[in-house]
Amino acid sequence: MIQVKKLVKRFGPITVLRELDFEVRSGEFVALLGPNGAGKTTLLRILASLSKPTSGLVQVASCRLPEEAVAVRAHLGVVSHQPLLYGDLTAEENLSFYARLYDVERLRIGEVLDLVGLSSRKSDLVRVFSRGMQQRLAIGRSILHNPRILLMDEPHTGLDQEAGEILDSVLREIALAGRTVVMTSHDLVRAAELASRLDILSKGKIKASVATKDLNSADFVTFYRKALQGNGGSV
Amino acid sequence: MKSYLNAIRAVIWKDLTAEWRTRENLSAMLVFALLVILIFNFALELDIQAQESLSAGVLWATFIFAGTIGLNRSLAVEKDRGCLDGLLLAPVDRSVIYFGKAIGNLIFMLLVEIIVLPVYSFLYQVPVFQPGFLLVVVLGSIGYVAVGTLLATMVIQARTRDILLPILLFPLSLPVIIAAVKASQGFLLMVPLTEISAWLNLLIVYDLIFTAAAFMVFDFVVEE
Repeated sequence: MIQVKKLVKRFGPITVLRELDFEVRSGEFVALLGPNGAGKTTLLRILASLSKPTSGLVQVASCRLPEEAVAVRAHLGVVSHQPLLYGDLTAEENLSFYARLYDVERLRIGEVLDLVGLSSRKSDLVRVFSRGMQQRLAIGRSILHNPRILLMDEPHTGLDQEAGEILDSVLREIALAGRTVVMTSHDLVRAAELASRLDILSKGKIKASVATKDLNSADFVTFYRKALQGNGGSV
Repeated sequence: MKSYLNAIRAVIWKDLTAEWRTRENLSAMLVFALLVILIFNFALELDIQAQESLSAGVLWATFIFAGTIGLNRSLAVEKDRGCLDGLLLAPVDRSVIYFGKAIGNLIFMLLVEIIVLPVYSFLYQVPVFQPGFLLVVVLGSIGYVAVGTLLATMVIQARTRDILLPILLFPLSLPVIIAAVKASQGFLLMVPLTEISAWLNLLIVYDLIFTAAAFMVFDFVVEE
């Protein structure tokens, strides 16, 4: 579903991604972990066609980036640190706006509001929503057009425990629906609970990769530390 | 083509709905425009001759300064909460965003002009309600908004975007401003149409060139 080979991304003199290889199969839920500045967000922005690679091959849903960006975007749902929602529009108006951009029928708006548990607040302005509610609506926005692939950049940032748990249950439903998900996170335990695979990214390269079923929860932290020290690899 | 136009309509609808709810942009533009018109009226009151020859310049200075406030604010909304990324992620040609934003900005500018023009006509005692003069207002506004929307998008990521926009926009929009002032002045002073037509042609050509140029380069402007 996603194939990245020898991807390099430079911002002026700074090289963020260094000949990175990365692959995600259909239906996989991959959590990308790594320290700040590792290149997680940059990788996600390239996959989302928001940033162009300096060199290397990037293929998403069998379409090559950046050449076939419009086709790729039809298959993508993106959740970022920011909700990408308009504060002066209601929840329903926000989804209605994106539904028109994605050529989605209005019926779908009600379904999505139900799925993220915001039907009763559909007429409220987004600017009065809590961070957790905004993030749930952002996920609703990202799945409005039934994308095959979801890219999530630290979706739990700024959420309290309860809002985080609600978000987790929405993410589990999305994963059960068979969507391919790539999520960046700093929360190792939560990522391991949700994802089917953990990839550790450091200094612009994937340092290690492991299927979560192959590791005990007690070993995640050790695995992560070893990967960052350069002793990782595929498990 | 249908989905392209639908997407443009969606962007315009979104901007108008948000503005109808807050009226932040329109009220700021309007208050500023009315104040400028009023202040210049007092400043030029004593000299009728100067008032006749300068009033078109005063009017366009008012429009472009008020327009700059609108352009800055219109794109700042897209920066908040990362909404520009939301637009860029849509599976449509990115020129949709440009045309949607530009038409929205043009509507705001024309709304301000509709309110300002009768006040201007009353204070300066000039006949603004003539088709030729109104055509100049529309053509001048289109040109200013066409280039202004492009530049406002370009500077959206800059920390100093409020300062940067006028610095870039005013020199680049100088041809359209000069042509609009000259053509407006011609109509107000009842100059024969043959003497104004060159300025009208310049306005039309400027509008076409900058709309086409913006259509072609917008994808590069929003590129990271």
